[in-house]
Amino acid sequence: MMASSYNAKEEDGNHPGAANHAGAGIVKSKKPDNTAFKQQRLPAWQPILTAGTVLPAFFVIGLIFIPIGIGLYVTSNNIKEFEIDYTGANIEDPCYNCAKNFSWNSTAQCFCTVPFTLVQPFESNVFMYYGLSNFYQNHRRYVKSRDDSQLNGDRSALMSPSKECEPYRTSEGTPIAPCGAIANSLFNDTLQLYHIDSNGTFNEIPLVKKGIAWWTDKHVKFRNPGGNNNLTVAFQGTSKPVNWREPVFKLDPEDPENNGFINEDFIVWMRTAALPTFRKLYRIIQKKSSSTPTLPSGKYVLNITYNYPVLSFDGRKRMILSTISWMGGKNPFLGIAYITVGSICFFLGVVLLIIHHKYDTRNNSADIPN
Amino acid sequence: MARDSEEDPKAAKRQRKRKQKENKTRTVHANILYDHAKGEENPNRHYANNKIKTTKYTVLSFLPKNLFEQFHRFANVYFVFIALLNFVPVVNAFQPELALAPVVFILSVTAIKDLWEDYRRHRSDNEINHMDCLVYCRVERRYVEKFWKEVRVGDFIRLRCNEILPADVLLLSSSDPDRLCHIETATLDGETNLKQRQVVRSFLDLDCDFDPLKYNGIIECEKPNNDLNRFRGYIVHRSGRRDALYKENLLLRGCTIRNTEDAVGIIIYAGHETKAMLNNNGPRYKRSKLERQMNVDVFWCVIILLVMCLFTAVGHGLWMFQYGDKRPVFDVLSPEGTDLSPVMSAIYLFLTMIIVFQVLIPISLFVSIEIVKICQVFFIHQDLDLYDEETDSNLQCRALNITEDLGQMQYIFSDKTGTLTENKMVFRRCTVAGVEYSHDANAKRLAMYQEMDSEEEECPSRGGTLPRRDSVGSHQSAKVVLRSQSTKSHRRTGSRAEAKRASILSKHTAFSSPMEKDITPDPQLLDKVNECGSQMDFMRFHSQPMSQLPSDLADVLDFFVALTICNTVVVSSPNQPRQKQQLLQPGHQPLLHPRLLSVLSSPSAESTLTKLDEEQNLQQAFSPVPPQYDGRPLSAAEGELRYEAESPDEAALVYAARAYKCSLVRMRFELKSPVKTIEDFIKRFTPSRLTSGSNSSSSSSLVTNRSFTRGCSSVLSSPSAESTLTKLDEEQNLQQAFSPVPPQYDGRPLSAVEGELRYEAESPDEAALVYAARAYKCSLVGRLPDQVTVELPHLGKLSFELLHTLGFDSTRKRMSVVVRHPLTDQITVYTKGADSAIMELIRPPDTGNSKGKRHKKILSRTQHFLNLYAADGLRTLCIAKKVLSKEQYACWLQRHLEAETAIQGREELLFESALRLETNLQLLGATGIEDRLQDGVPETIASLRQAGLQIWVLTGDKQETAVNIAYACKLLDPEEEILTLNADSQEACAVLLEESLHYIQAKFLCSSSEHTTTKSYHSNVSPFGIYTPPPPPSSCPPAPPAVHQLGLVIDGRTLAYALDRSLEDKFLAVAQSCRSVLCCRSTPLQKSMVVKLVRNKLKVMTLAIGDGANDVSMIQVADVGVGISGQEGMQAVMASDFALPRFRYLQKLLLVHGHWCYSRLANMILYFFYKNAMFVALIFWYQFYCGFSGSSMIDQWYLIFFNLMFSAFPQLITGTLDKDVSAETLQQLPQLYTNGQNSEEYKPYMFWMNMIDAFYQSLVCFFIPYFAYADSDVDLFTWGTPITSLALFTILVHLGIETKTWTRMNWLCISFSVSLFFTVALCYNAYCPTCFSPSNPYWSMQRLLQDPLFYLLCVITPAAALLPRYFYRACQGTLFPSPVQVGRQLDKLPAETRRNILSLSGVKMGLPLGPKPHFLSLGKTSFKGCNKKQQQQQQQRRGLQTDSDKELPSADKDTLPYTKDAAPPASKDCLDQTLDASSWITSTPLLSPSDGVQFPPDGDSFCVKYSRGSEDRLKSDQSS
Repeated sequence: MMASSYNAKEEDGNHPGAANHAGAGIVKSKKPDNTAFKQQRLPAWQPILTAGTVLPAFFVIGLIFIPIGIGLYVTSNNIKEFEIDYTGANIEDPCYNCAKNFSWNSTAQCFCTVPFTLVQPFESNVFMYYGLSNFYQNHRRYVKSRDDSQLNGDRSALMSPSKECEPYRTSEGTPIAPCGAIANSLFNDTLQLYHIDSNGTFNEIPLVKKGIAWWTDKHVKFRNPGGNNNLTVAFQGTSKPVNWREPVFKLDPEDPENNGFINEDFIVWMRTAALPTFRKLYRIIQKKSSSTPTLPSGKYVLNITYNYPVLSFDGRKRMILSTISWMGGKNPFLGIAYITVGSICFFLGVVLLIIHHKYDTRNNSADIPN
Repeated sequence: MARDSEEDPKAAKRQRKRKQKENKTRTVHANILYDHAKGEENPNRHYANNKIKTTKYTVLSFLPKNLFEQFHRFANVYFVFIALLNFVPVVNAFQPELALAPVVFILSVTAIKDLWEDYRRHRSDNEINHMDCLVYCRVERRYVEKFWKEVRVGDFIRLRCNEILPADVLLLSSSDPDRLCHIETATLDGETNLKQRQVVRSFLDLDCDFDPLKYNGIIECEKPNNDLNRFRGYIVHRSGRRDALYKENLLLRGCTIRNTEDAVGIIIYAGHETKAMLNNNGPRYKRSKLERQMNVDVFWCVIILLVMCLFTAVGHGLWMFQYGDKRPVFDVLSPEGTDLSPVMSAIYLFLTMIIVFQVLIPISLFVSIEIVKICQVFFIHQDLDLYDEETDSNLQCRALNITEDLGQMQYIFSDKTGTLTENKMVFRRCTVAGVEYSHDANAKRLAMYQEMDSEEEECPSRGGTLPRRDSVGSHQSAKVVLRSQSTKSHRRTGSRAEAKRASILSKHTAFSSPMEKDITPDPQLLDKVNECGSQMDFMRFHSQPMSQLPSDLADVLDFFVALTICNTVVVSSPNQPRQKQQLLQPGHQPLLHPRLLSVLSSPSAESTLTKLDEEQNLQQAFSPVPPQYDGRPLSAAEGELRYEAESPDEAALVYAARAYKCSLVRMRFELKSPVKTIEDFIKRFTPSRLTSGSNSSSSSSLVTNRSFTRGCSSVLSSPSAESTLTKLDEEQNLQQAFSPVPPQYDGRPLSAVEGELRYEAESPDEAALVYAARAYKCSLVGRLPDQVTVELPHLGKLSFELLHTLGFDSTRKRMSVVVRHPLTDQITVYTKGADSAIMELIRPPDTGNSKGKRHKKILSRTQHFLNLYAADGLRTLCIAKKVLSKEQYACWLQRHLEAETAIQGREELLFESALRLETNLQLLGATGIEDRLQDGVPETIASLRQAGLQIWVLTGDKQETAVNIAYACKLLDPEEEILTLNADSQEACAVLLEESLHYIQAKFLCSSSEHTTTKSYHSNVSPFGIYTPPPPPSSCPPAPPAVHQLGLVIDGRTLAYALDRSLEDKFLAVAQSCRSVLCCRSTPLQKSMVVKLVRNKLKVMTLAIGDGANDVSMIQVADVGVGISGQEGMQAVMASDFALPRFRYLQKLLLVHGHWCYSRLANMILYFFYKNAMFVALIFWYQFYCGFSGSSMIDQWYLIFFNLMFSAFPQLITGTLDKDVSAETLQQLPQLYTNGQNSEEYKPYMFWMNMIDAFYQSLVCFFIPYFAYADSDVDLFTWGTPITSLALFTILVHLGIETKTWTRMNWLCISFSVSLFFTVALCYNAYCPTCFSPSNPYWSMQRLLQDPLFYLLCVITPAAALLPRYFYRACQGTLFPSPVQVGRQLDKLPAETRRNILSLSGVKMGLPLGPKPHFLSLGKTSFKGCNKKQQQQQQQRRGLQTDSDKELPSADKDTLPYTKDAAPPASKDCLDQTLDASSWITSTPLLSPSDGVQFPPDGDSFCVKYSRGSEDRLKSDQSS
């Protein structure tokens, strides 16, 4: 028994041979220090959660949240937004034919026109979005299917893209630039907006395509290989993504600066959406003068070059016109949420007050003043 | 020739090798026989050297070995599996390298911890390896200093006093005259007493220094093993002689040489093969209850994980399926370009989801728990309140991972002696020959100590405490000062405690506080002793035979002689710490003195010398030992003799000694008795027989046996004892005539001599008895293995030749010594032992003659007094003696020697031999020793009991003693009834238990109505104070059948029956309904069986606390074992999980630290589960919006480091520092402990509640951002980052709600966490635009911080998520406040108010067991008014309480079958009515008719005693 439990090691270094340490032990007392930390007496705040103590917090939260919510709600309501679905899923839709006949392989472009009416004028800058529904841009394999180095202009990555891009990595032996499924599925509808005058003339509304992407994306994250001088040379030896009609350096025939990987539409598309129903900024309609609204009320026509098939996966395409406030686009949810939570807090506060008055009287020992 | 010699060693080597393999022995040759200690030829080279390496790893082996060990943990394997899964392209979810991070992190944290520990071990190894020792060097022909690690098996090593043994050494030589070497084994077993080791027999008679060069033996011994108490082997000399080796010859590594100037030995085992190292097993690993519970929930987490993965996988399959053949653009083909079927991708996805959801199984939980526990242990270590100043020891946590179990204890099993009591044995009173000596003065003195102690505790004055000892009335102060001067480390300015500590540490004598040492003698007895001494003196002077001494006086003398010599006490002197009394010292000198004189007093010195000569011849004829081996260095003898040489006669002796080179030891043997009896021969051949211990291994060589048998016949033919006696008388006569010694000794101030003597005993009882005898001037002055020297009043020093010592063992419960009485020359056996053991062995008095009558009277009176002592709570010991005739002795001796020399079953044979000897004893008397309660024991027990802990005391003491100690420490209450179970047989026990159960049920039924009335009564009366709630809700797990005011006392024998499988359930049922249980006379095994039974059957948490070796098994069995690092060695401590200096510290350890540790850890674990579930659920919800594709909006970095870094620290701080209730309140309101007992902080449903809450919170955290960003142009990670931040905020605020104590650390840590997250996020998002594929969160955080929406989300989401919990906590705090919360509210009150309330509630709450304070109700008035009101109410309540006191018994009378007033017959009637009890159940109001013992002290308490005695007892009961 004596032997069974002998343990030399854990005895504060009392080794079976080192008992002479005990000599030092006599001098040095083992008495612990009397410090607040070691004696666990640090000064502390000890809140006790009872109806009485919590009560103010609920009221305060309620009182703060409700006004904020109202403010948000009002702000959101002031934002003007117009949305039009041009998918052409139904037979009466103007784009029905395009939608029905179109596939990724077809070479001929299909055009359709969607008329609409703005009841209210849009005052400040108007943001034009295209929206897709049921499009799972957040699919795990889809999200991964890109090569950021290639997009950043890395030459080696350009010629041999990352494996993540499979199966959109190479096309008949030549590397695809830009590779990957995201790039391959680039949204390629072209939208044009016409305002119909009172006298019936179609005025094309100028759509600005600069500044729709994040500044950092455009200038840091996305770069063309070998500088921006001659994109055709730079992209030599690569092939276009399977679904594309034009190679990447011919994305924007109008603005040569907007070609290659730094094409803003491309950049916007490459920023994969979080949710299956999403919108992406397409163009900006800038306010011309302070006197006239950016988009006056009236009749408009949306001209669509219908290239992008979504019906196969039950998708929807929309065009959205929206003004913007400090808190972004139109979204009454947050305001409602604030009001709801604030009200609940207030309500619970009242409940607590009742509880406090009914039950807490015996329990107010904590409140007894010194 | 050359070839031969070349081959020979090889062959020999092979042979040896084979031999080594075949034989289970080790052969050790001396290294010096071989040229190179490490050479090829050295036969010892295969043995381990003395370099120790306790490290686990080397630089190279660290990584593989450590990893291998870590992968023994299942969790680690799991996480590695997941990390590796990530490398499979089809299923991978994260960047594979990144996914390794958590596993690598966890593994490396553990590895670093291991590395650090190993490094510390390495350093301490190094230190030890480089210690110095003296090893004989062949080349230099002297001992040279070497490092320990260079020592090898077969080396000769020289050991000096106070040196530590570097290896296991066979003792070959010692400077001690008796060839002894004293060692202290404190580092091995913690026992502070000295142990004697003896030189190997063949070297015993060496008269000069041991010369290694002459050594030529070969040692054969056992293979290394870890049995500290066994060593067998033999040494073969060149002459072919074999000598056996025993454990008495072996000095173990780690022990310290004491009292021996110089010793030489040969190393047998070295390094890791030493017994000490083989005994070195690692720390204990226990799994706490909380952890077990946690593991269940981890298992549940796994289930949840699998369900979630399965759900997602099915969802993904369906999602794929709905598209059919039309593959949408976003559904990317597999890398190979092949189309995946929905089923296959579902299967792949299942694996992916396991990776994504891996966080649900908290990888860092295990590491965090370990860290928190280490911190908790640190804080427990640092607690000032658990530090004992007297012994300079604080609590030791030996098991690091069960701190939280301390907060969940339900049963405490305590040892009594040394645990509840101080184990400071104080002699209180004694009875000799039937006469009681009450020692009133002694009692007063003890009372004074007690007062003094309490005084000093109240006003601890520094400095002036030592002189105060004067008031004791003895010469104490002088002694204390003397001692303090002799000890270096003592600081005189120190406090009393410090002084005491210093003295304890420096003295190493454990059992000798002044309280124990200074016994005030009873004047009556002192007179008798003096009278006896003077008569003896007179008789000796007149050469009357000693047998004429009046028998009562003879008994007195024998009594004290027995007290003095019947023990194993070692005498030492404080002036030379730990040095045994050397012969040179005056204390020892007379040992020889009278003998020398007696020799010289023979007619002529010449004749003596011739006689001596003859004897030597004779001796040589019998002994093969060459004479030159005899004895000790001549110079020493010379010195000593010179000291003596005052008379010319002595010069002759010096001459004689010189001439014959004869040792004094030897002379002692030779001159002792003129008759050459067989003993002398035997002694010469079997010296080891003289060493202590009945089970000590002893000589067994055939030579001895033969010589014995030869001798035995010569005994019978030897001159009769009569002649011996007369001869002796003659001598003494002469001695008287020549020697003026006795008066001289008398005249010497007794104290001066005694004060210098110090007794070292193995048990405190022995020391107490020796000190007691010293008070009567019968003092032990020296003990040698073969001789005990005693100083008696008027008679001077007498040497008793010690023939045998039959050591104490717990089965016999007694010890005996066999001595030759120097005065009568009779062989006398003195036995000392437990009264039950001795009383059975007393020779039945022969009633015929007057002597017999006297004996009978003594017997009965002693029994009477014994009962009285026991009733006083004293430990009783009986002293008896027996005179053996030579023939009897010779016969016994023969068989005893056979037993000693037996190879097989020696222990049993020795035991039987002892039994044979200890019969037909003659009772001398009995002693009562008080074992004082430790400070604060009653209070601690009371508060532990209030805390709802059931306390059982398991003791080996006799029933009466135990019961009385139990009363003293408030374990039993005089108010409560006591069930005493004593049964003689299994059946009787069964019936007893049955009846007790019935009785309890009947009582319970009767009292239940009364119970409820009292309850309502309680709540009505006190509008002010803490209410006793309605009976505790069914939550307390196996609602024990309401515990009554009942105490159960059961004795060992009955316990043995009750622990039988068939009865254990009944026994438990009875025990459970009793408030306290006392098991007396229980063996260590029974103790552990009881603990095991309770633990396994009742499924409760058990704590065993004890201090001695007999508690070890109990300590090991219990869930938590606590050892008292007291005086009975360290065995209990070694076996324990926690070691306390004192019992009373248990209160704080359990009530405060246990509570804290439990609640902290429980909360942390729950929080951990919540946190992980909440975080993972976020991703789960997202699956509904990403086609169940396993995508995650939370960046992989955040996902992986969230648990490890961002949210890790606050919970650690809270888990370490959070205090729900302050230490003061926890101690003042022990009821709060039930919180942990019922596992109220962590119940199974709480896990699910937390899970539900986690899912709710994650829903909020997911859907608020979801709706806020619905149909917007937000991208995946710009949306995911706010969610991560929100989750972090929510989790931290959640922790904030659960945190009870906010210190600076909490604030710091939370802000650190938040800032860490944002810093990391900002850096990470700015670092590289293209790395970190697939997520590319470049600049998202930066943009988010510019977005007001982000801030708006940050405000509302945590608020919405935590609203329910916050509201629930608030409502709970008001509507159903837990007791803990009441405690916290009390904390908030100013100290004085709190004290008032607690003192009030203490009155109230102390009454029923484990009430929960439900409402702390105070009047609404301000507290100043309250104080008065309070007092009034208190008075009022007191009044009421006394009323209730009056009322309650009357209620009892109506309902209870037994009442204190009712006469036994009445109660019997009642019992018959109610229970149909059989007649042998007797209800006795605690008066056992046979001996008239009364207990409990106040006889008016009611008590039921069941006893199933033998049949005659039964009859007598019926007849009476």
